[in-house]
Amino acid sequence: MGKKLIDSGEAVGIIAAQSLGEPGTQMTMRTFHYAGVAEQVPTGLPRLIELVDARREPTQSLTDIYLEDEFVKDKKKNEEVAAALEHVSLSDVCAVTENFAKKELRIKVDTKFAQTKGITVRDIINKIKEVLGKSGKIKSKNDQILLHINATYQKLRRITMKVKSIPLKGIKGLSKATVVYNEKTGEYFIRAGGYNLHDLKKAEHVNFSRVYTNNVREIEKHFGIEAGRNALLKEIRQVMDLQGLTVDVRHIMLLADAMCSRGMIEPVGRHGLSGRKSSVLARAAFEETVKHLVNASIEGEEDPLNGVTENIIIGQTVKLGTGKVRLIMRQ
Amino acid sequence: MEFTEKQVGAIKFTLFSPETIRKMSVIKVTVPDTYNEDGYPIDGGLMDQHMGVIDPGLRCKTCGGTVHTCPGHFGHIDLVRPVLHSEFARVVAVLLKVTCSSCSRALVKKGAKDTFGELLSEDELLAQMKKTKKCPYCGAKQEDIKYEKPTTIMEGKRALLPIEIRERLAKIPDEDLELIGMDPESARPEWMVLTALPIPPVQMRPSIILETGERSEDDITHKLVDIIRINQRLDANLNAGAPQLIIEDLWELLQYHVTTYFNNESANVPPARHRSGRPLKTLSQRLKGKEGRFRYNLSGKRVNFSSRTVVSPDPNISINEVGVPRAVAEELTVPIYVTPWNLEECKEMLKRTEYPKIVYVTGKDGRRRRVMEKNVEELLAALDVGWVLERQLKDGDPVIFNRQPSLHRISMMCHKTKVLPGRTFRLHVAVCPPYNADFDGDEMNLHVPQTYEARAETEELMLVERQIISPRNGSAIIQPNEDHVSGAYLLTRKGVKLTKDEATRFLGAAGIYELPEPEKDGTYSGKKVFSMLFPKDLNMEYKTRLCKEVNECSKEKCPYDGYVIIRNGILEHGSMEKKGYSGLILEKLFNDYGPEVAREFIDRSTKMAVYSVTHFGFSVGLENYKLDKKTLEKINEIRDKAIKEVEGLIVKYKNKTLPRSPGKTLKETLEEQIMMVLNHARDSTGSILREYFGQDNTSIVMANIGSRGSILNVIQMAAFLGQQAVRSKRIKRGYKGRVLPHFKIGDMGAYARGFVGSSFMKGLTPTEYFFHAAGGRESIVNTAIRTARSGYMQRRLINALQDLYTDYDRSVRDADGNIIQLRYGGDMKDPMRSKKV
Repeated sequence: MGKKLIDSGEAVGIIAAQSLGEPGTQMTMRTFHYAGVAEQVPTGLPRLIELVDARREPTQSLTDIYLEDEFVKDKKKNEEVAAALEHVSLSDVCAVTENFAKKELRIKVDTKFAQTKGITVRDIINKIKEVLGKSGKIKSKNDQILLHINATYQKLRRITMKVKSIPLKGIKGLSKATVVYNEKTGEYFIRAGGYNLHDLKKAEHVNFSRVYTNNVREIEKHFGIEAGRNALLKEIRQVMDLQGLTVDVRHIMLLADAMCSRGMIEPVGRHGLSGRKSSVLARAAFEETVKHLVNASIEGEEDPLNGVTENIIIGQTVKLGTGKVRLIMRQ
Repeated sequence: MEFTEKQVGAIKFTLFSPETIRKMSVIKVTVPDTYNEDGYPIDGGLMDQHMGVIDPGLRCKTCGGTVHTCPGHFGHIDLVRPVLHSEFARVVAVLLKVTCSSCSRALVKKGAKDTFGELLSEDELLAQMKKTKKCPYCGAKQEDIKYEKPTTIMEGKRALLPIEIRERLAKIPDEDLELIGMDPESARPEWMVLTALPIPPVQMRPSIILETGERSEDDITHKLVDIIRINQRLDANLNAGAPQLIIEDLWELLQYHVTTYFNNESANVPPARHRSGRPLKTLSQRLKGKEGRFRYNLSGKRVNFSSRTVVSPDPNISINEVGVPRAVAEELTVPIYVTPWNLEECKEMLKRTEYPKIVYVTGKDGRRRRVMEKNVEELLAALDVGWVLERQLKDGDPVIFNRQPSLHRISMMCHKTKVLPGRTFRLHVAVCPPYNADFDGDEMNLHVPQTYEARAETEELMLVERQIISPRNGSAIIQPNEDHVSGAYLLTRKGVKLTKDEATRFLGAAGIYELPEPEKDGTYSGKKVFSMLFPKDLNMEYKTRLCKEVNECSKEKCPYDGYVIIRNGILEHGSMEKKGYSGLILEKLFNDYGPEVAREFIDRSTKMAVYSVTHFGFSVGLENYKLDKKTLEKINEIRDKAIKEVEGLIVKYKNKTLPRSPGKTLKETLEEQIMMVLNHARDSTGSILREYFGQDNTSIVMANIGSRGSILNVIQMAAFLGQQAVRSKRIKRGYKGRVLPHFKIGDMGAYARGFVGSSFMKGLTPTEYFFHAAGGRESIVNTAIRTARSGYMQRRLINALQDLYTDYDRSVRDADGNIIQLRYGGDMKDPMRSKKV
């Protein structure tokens, strides 16, 4: 046990960074495909960069939803809930055309498609009424809805946009929900594109305690920094495993902990960890040299010279490893 | 060697006040010129000798020093009209916005509270001030202040003159500045409006003498000439009482020159250009970016005592060693400090006239002298304790060996010098993986540590044998490779019997001069011969790569020799292959017996393996991939069946009877299925090839034991290449409706979309060749993009994490002592030492 302890003074940060960065050259750039949910889910290097950047909107978010215990093995129920969760907006089932001369909107409902989503023309008309209130006259015939609005062109365009985005059903942000069978546990779960933990909390039959999304910022927002840190750790590990690269968890943990050390997930880079260092010289040597020097002079900043870069710049021993040890001679 | 006794404790960043600028100035520069016709610096000019000298023979008029001793001194210019410092203009605008235009007090009083009665924070205060329209002190109405890039500040519709700005800023009381968040001690706001400009010393902007004898001035000097010239013209016009319009024009021009002097890339400012049209490199440009002062000169430093040349392999040296060419060893030196205990030894060394000899001596006076035949006697007589001798590099000296890109710490390791004939650095092939080196022309660097501390640290911490295990995942990274694995396998195969003579040669190659127990028939088994490399108490049991994963493992009765049992240092069952030989065994030796034993194992076993490979013979040729008619037909049948299947899918697609997979269009479904069918067809030829070639085909053997290549390589050479892909899809771009004019428009068949039905043995048709090239190009482009992207990511990662270290309590802390982890990795264990074995 004692033999396996980490040495004190070891530059564990640098080792972690190298261990995560060095295999980057061996990673692929190909995107991953989840049948039915999302076309291009980044894996490998692009995904790692995305995680390290702590993006609020990753290229493709996914949410895995398990139902309450009694339904978790019920494929039908899963499909039902999946259909109910999937977000459908008006423009998904209708074609909207503007007629500026007549000042009207022509909405053509794709009834066949709408039916598969369980939406009727009546539903759509009601929703439009709800949103627009009294500002327009509505006429409808079969699958056609005619909307007459007395407004300026600009306003008309704005209303078109509004109408197009009217939510008809489902949870905003969740798209293309499909049911997936988990062979290991014999359970079904719903995998959806996008994320919206806030609304999922209230969704029927959903076991919220088992909901997971690969969007770490969303997890942090709803479950706090510890959960965010664990999600980050899990996601980075997954990237490495998928590439068949073995990296010790401790390195990934250190990165995740460093990114979360201020109580929020901060990106690695000039807007995050590197940009908030206490050393002026270290910041100036990284990026945006002039900006940091100018601001430091205005605030009368003092560089305590504790880090690596600063000491290299002024030519002193770096306070890491063997450079950390000091000897004091007894007088 | 001097030891620094003083340390820089901290560095504070402040602004210069005009008084400080004048006080530290050694001369007021007034002449907008540099040298006169005779090539002497003009007095009061930009190259005035008070500011330092760059020409040999001249002496500094301030400190009396020469080129080598004078550090340079600042001068200054008095600007006749103040101008804004462009980099601070934005801050100045904010300051004017938050202070009163008439009394210059901050627009919110100290101790201001919000609606809930809470004290306002600094940010809230600032936001509040920006909104305030009436001064709380004098009641003056505040006009809108707007900042326009680069140096204009508008009040309402009028541009403020720098003089006015300066007056207002000067009136802001210190306490209000503190409220705003500035430190008045180090940065009074009026200092941001320049009235005096410091002129950097000549050393900072040396002129170059071209071959023609002409002098060419530094960009900064050019810019300073411009500033002084306009400053003089403005002065003359002011004194002559010129009209306001002209004065303002000149003033503006002065502002432009000062702006570009600081930053020639600021927004909305046309860059100042050199006569040749090239934009000038002014102060900001000197500091910024990859080639700027910070990253190029301060973070990256150049060194002496280093060497670089091509690397080539040498399986006969230890992994701890590096072969150094004699020429390099004669050039590089190691310092020897003369003490009472080695004085005699040093004298002997100094007498030497041949390699390894003393090249330089440094006496107590600090003078460094070259040792020559002429002065040896004199130096010998004077040699005394305290002198430093510089000795040529010799066998056993620790050096740091490095190959770029240095992506991780094992890109730099300590090797022991071994001077060899030739002109290349030699390294053992087992240390190639950490450096990612090969011998197709790679060059590597070598550094000689120059102090005893450095030598001790490199030897103790960086020595190759200590890096056998990678800190990334705790598995071996310095390991026997390729032919080593093949050789070990050949020797430890089932039923290898060696005569006494042969066994002696095998062991002798590894430097072992004992024989193992002979078999009953007097022969020596290969396994026992190889076992001589193990420690006598090694016990292991593991499944190898040869294991076929049958339902029930028959362990020692494994027909493939895929289950290794080592009892008391004797390999009883199983053969050596990559997983065990280069992994498990090596890691076990390292963890249980220490680096030295692991190193010795690599050194000896690789030598034995190389001998083994040459003894048994192991080569690959065309014969390895020749198929008989029957097998060829079988493979062609698989291929043609797959193509038929693809055609069937296309017909289904055209009839729209193909079932659509969820979330995909019909076409995507088709493409996906075609890819699957074709890739499956290719992979399924593997078993036929295996069966036909049997276990004796070297190419198959290599794939099985993991020494080189995979079964896919064999398939591509003997069977067919399979579907070529661009962006993981079949190739589809090219002509309208077809990739190449050789196909019919709309042809979706396998061959028309990048399927290669030929093998490398058979040769590719022209269209197949094209498709293969298209696929090949994609991977080349990808590699290029990937290296750039991952390089930047690593730079960011390193920068973000570089200050983290484990403290004595094994908590992880950053440079300021903040705790990042309470216990490193949750268990305080070192990843390098904690892989489960």
